Amino acid sequence: MSEAEVFEKVKEIIIDHLGVDEADVKMEASLVDDLKADSLDTVEMIMSLEEEFQIDIEDSEAESLKTVGDAVRFIAERSGK
Amino acid sequence: MTLRKTVIRGTGFAVPSNIVTNDDLSKTVDTSDEWIRTRTGIEERRIAPPETGNSDLAIEAARKALDRAGLSAEDIDLIIVSTITPDMVSPATACLVQNALGAKHAATFDLEAACSGFIYALSVARQYIATGEYNHVLVVASEVLSRITDWSDRSTCVLFGDGAGAAVLSGTDEGESDFVSFFLGGNGKYADILNMPAGGSRKPASHETVDAREHTMKMNGPEVFKAAVMKMNHSMRQVLTRAGLQSSDVDIVIPHQANLRIIESLRKYLDLPEDKVYVNLQKYGNTSAASIAIALAELVESGRLVRGQLVGMCTFGGGLTWAACLLRY
Repeated sequence: MSEAEVFEKVKEIIIDHLGVDEADVKMEASLVDDLKADSLDTVEMIMSLEEEFQIDIEDSEAESLKTVGDAVRFIAERSGK
Repeated sequence: MTLRKTVIRGTGFAVPSNIVTNDDLSKTVDTSDEWIRTRTGIEERRIAPPETGNSDLAIEAARKALDRAGLSAEDIDLIIVSTITPDMVSPATACLVQNALGAKHAATFDLEAACSGFIYALSVARQYIATGEYNHVLVVASEVLSRITDWSDRSTCVLFGDGAGAAVLSGTDEGESDFVSFFLGGNGKYADILNMPAGGSRKPASHETVDAREHTMKMNGPEVFKAAVMKMNHSMRQVLTRAGLQSSDVDIVIPHQANLRIIESLRKYLDLPEDKVYVNLQKYGNTSAASIAIALAELVESGRLVRGQLVGMCTFGGGLTWAACLLRY
């Protein structure tokens, strides 16, 4: 799956969980600082991403996903394997 | 070997009358009603006054359950109390309950499986009844979590409450009431994400442990959150599969009342409508083992749960432990 395809699905999940505007969900946007995700939002989104892409994301890996782009690149690489 | 059916013959619950609201908590720690509601769904909790012990709540709940079961204390063959906040380390709280009730023929022990304790205890009770060893078993789940709560930690002190629930289980050869399936699980690898570090024999009470607040519950919220949803979903699916049923066959599901967002997430995984999932945590917070026991008794008392209905219960807690059961009430 290409990064662009992953981005579209990640964007959907972020909008669904955080209720943010589509225009705000950019690759460089910080989940916590820009999109105002709290710790539970983050867990819920990780769980949705795991389900959508059929992958496991360890807690230590989840902590390193700071921006939308971090998540997209991580998933594109993981689901490409 | 033919197994006897097990009916839940009577239930009861007891909570302290003292209500502590989110606004009350915001006066002592840096939090707010809005913060607590949006992250947990909890609006208020019951907190026991200093003179009330675990067994006081347990005894009150047990008396109601016995009364509704139409049994006397002397009919009870076994008392199991599930708790992480016993009156004292020894004797077991079940002994104190037995004495207060006058259940002189009953064997007594406590069972510790944290928030999963009530379903664990139901499964133990059911084994004794199904084999014919005992006729009537009193299961009580009682907690005074306020005594092991760090009231200066705003991330945990808003979550917990006190209360007790009880159920009298009896053997029967008639009717359709029976437990349909159980599933219990645990993984001690995650002992660290939800625990109370001191007060046991490894780290007995000392000036140092008290100063370090190690006699209170510590929790890694996000990790617990994820495991809770996953394990409760898994447990419910296990009991459904074992019974050859779908989630749509269940009349009502009682999930452990820890956090509304855990329950909402679980509800979506199980594909259940909102009106089939019982929620009372807005009134009581998380009462650990007592949580499902209180909810079950409330459902019966309110007439929402009637004979013949299929009820699912699922839970998750420190240990980690998790469990689920299906009951034809």
